[in-house]
Amino acid sequence: MSRGKRLLAPYFLILPGGVWLLLFFIVPMITMLSLSLQQGDVVSGYVFTGHWQTYVDAIVDYKTQLIRSLIYGAIATILLIVVAFPVAYWIAFYAGRRKATFLFLLLLPFFVSFVLRTISWRQILTDEGFLLGPLKDAGLLSAGFHILGTPAAVIGGLVYNFLPFMVLPVYVALERIDPRVVEAARDLYATPLTAFRKVILPLALPGVFAGVLMTFVPASSDYVNSAVLGSSSTTMIGQVIQAQYLTSSNYPTASALSFLLMAVLLIGVFAYARALGTEDVMKVAAR
Amino acid sequence: MPSLNDPAFLRGMTQSRFGRRDALRLSGLSAVAMALAACGVEGTGKTAASAPAPDAVAKFWAGKKGTGKLDFANWPLYMDPKQPELKKFTAATGVTVNYQEVIEEMAPWFAKVQPQLAANQSIGYDLMVITNGIQFKQFVDSGFLAPLDHSKLPNYVANAAPAYANESFDKGNVYTVPFTSGISGIAYDPAKTKRPITKLADLWDPAFKGKVGMFSDTQELGNFGMLVLGIDPADSTPEDWKRAAAKLKEQKDAGILRRYYDQSYIEAIGNGEVWITQAWSGDIFQKNVSDGTNLQFVIPEEGGTLWTDNFAIPITASNPVDALTLIDFFYQVDIAAELAEYISFVCPVPAAQQKIRDDAAKATGDDQKSLAAIAESPLVFPVEADYSKLHYYRDFKTAAEQQEYQSTFEPIVLG
Repeated sequence: MSRGKRLLAPYFLILPGGVWLLLFFIVPMITMLSLSLQQGDVVSGYVFTGHWQTYVDAIVDYKTQLIRSLIYGAIATILLIVVAFPVAYWIAFYAGRRKATFLFLLLLPFFVSFVLRTISWRQILTDEGFLLGPLKDAGLLSAGFHILGTPAAVIGGLVYNFLPFMVLPVYVALERIDPRVVEAARDLYATPLTAFRKVILPLALPGVFAGVLMTFVPASSDYVNSAVLGSSSTTMIGQVIQAQYLTSSNYPTASALSFLLMAVLLIGVFAYARALGTEDVMKVAAR
Repeated sequence: MPSLNDPAFLRGMTQSRFGRRDALRLSGLSAVAMALAACGVEGTGKTAASAPAPDAVAKFWAGKKGTGKLDFANWPLYMDPKQPELKKFTAATGVTVNYQEVIEEMAPWFAKVQPQLAANQSIGYDLMVITNGIQFKQFVDSGFLAPLDHSKLPNYVANAAPAYANESFDKGNVYTVPFTSGISGIAYDPAKTKRPITKLADLWDPAFKGKVGMFSDTQELGNFGMLVLGIDPADSTPEDWKRAAAKLKEQKDAGILRRYYDQSYIEAIGNGEVWITQAWSGDIFQKNVSDGTNLQFVIPEEGGTLWTDNFAIPITASNPVDALTLIDFFYQVDIAAELAEYISFVCPVPAAQQKIRDDAAKATGDDQKSLAAIAESPLVFPVEADYSKLHYYRDFKTAAEQQEYQSTFEPIVLG
């Protein structure tokens, strides 16, 4: 290969990714930013006026939903760690030759569409359904008792739907731990608990971090779970954005809210990375 | 231009030569500003009154020919699922109809088809049924509706109740003719509420905590918020809207409200998710007939609202001639009667009442009872006295007024 070709190669290599990024990320972002600064109505059209006030109004009108989304996202993420860690731990250390089988079983439900799975929960949990109906008939629950439409139903849906995105990264991190490291800890008179705390947990942390990234961000901006399992008092910010775009045709407010959400999530993620004290935690997570 | 092989140039290209801030200040900012301003969203610019040019009808229909097929967008529960009327239409005219129940609420429907219509593209439907209200006005003001050629609507001219041509949202039926009218009232399941429901205040009763449904459509919702306070929506002021909004918020914050629904409210009351809900008259009868439920519909003491769902042909329709033929077909007395017998909404063809009475006389047993009930039902053929309890939607004179209304009620629905 000639010297010239060798020097040009990197540019050719980044070309597909670069074009992709330009077309599907940068162009839409600029369009959205522009939209958020426009004024008008859907009949006479929206015109760019640099109207930043939309952001202020959006925060004032929908801060409740924004904060609620972050709280639901955070609770769901914590529950996900609690549920996913033991599962990943067990598969990584105790599943033996059947690791692949268990991972496949874990992923199996997720071959069904996201929305369909959520709707099926709706069928199961419905007020007079086969779960709550008999309990109500037996007088164990009051006639007005319901699970659907409560924050618990929405958060439960989030945990259920995002489970593999937490289990898999944690599993990958745990699976990579050399068993001899743990043996060494035990040889040095560490109790099983200490070995877990001082050896396994720190080594698993990048996996947990990756899991948090992959669940907290989409969970906070999710709108399907709240739309299907929630009620009018569990509205999340994703639903507000969706309704502003697809019900009210209020593009500026919808775009402004999207940017605000993105900003809040980015700040949150970086603050979390900082707090974790890992310098290049992103790099570690992507390993 | 330096050589691409120059390592210094390459480094320059791949590493930042100056800070992000400088980049913005130097060139980026103006370029970004220009890019931002360049992506405005085009409206259709037609802000003038909705009266069309005198030759609009001739212009639109000139050279348009039948194609033998059409796509029809309607709401659920607006036709017998076996579609007998459409089968008869196909048998009579040879035109095949692709019937889709895709409209569940007006605002999302408008938001969905608006971009295509604004770009002058087909929305995939040649005929749609739209309710009078905010989005109806937006359809008209944007110039999205084809003006109807009344000379091709002989049955409509002969059989429609004359009152419809005077409705303020489309005087003279320039763009639309009624498919059916209906009444917004309350539906409830007496087995669950354990008492008859008579008034709007029952929707605020803490005894039904978490079991009350309301509509998510801001006009439907706002109307009931006003009526419960004794305000007539048609003459309401922005001050009234705020009071109604506060009343509705109270219902939500107290946890009495389960959620705001579109057409899906009918499943919610069917499966016990709600016991009492804002509802559309004919839906409840159909639900009782098709699913054997025993739901009740009442026009509340404080009053209900009357609305009209209208046939409209989008301006970009590919088969407008066949759509027009189908509209007129629904104005045949027999067809109008058959439709009303099934859907139990207000029939725009007065002569259909006698037809249904005749059908009842011929029928036997339960059929006879239910047909006779429909023929005399004030919900299908209201008489003057019934209208006194019914209220009309607020007409918005300006876009600003309408936006103020929306921004009063929207945050409640999106709570």
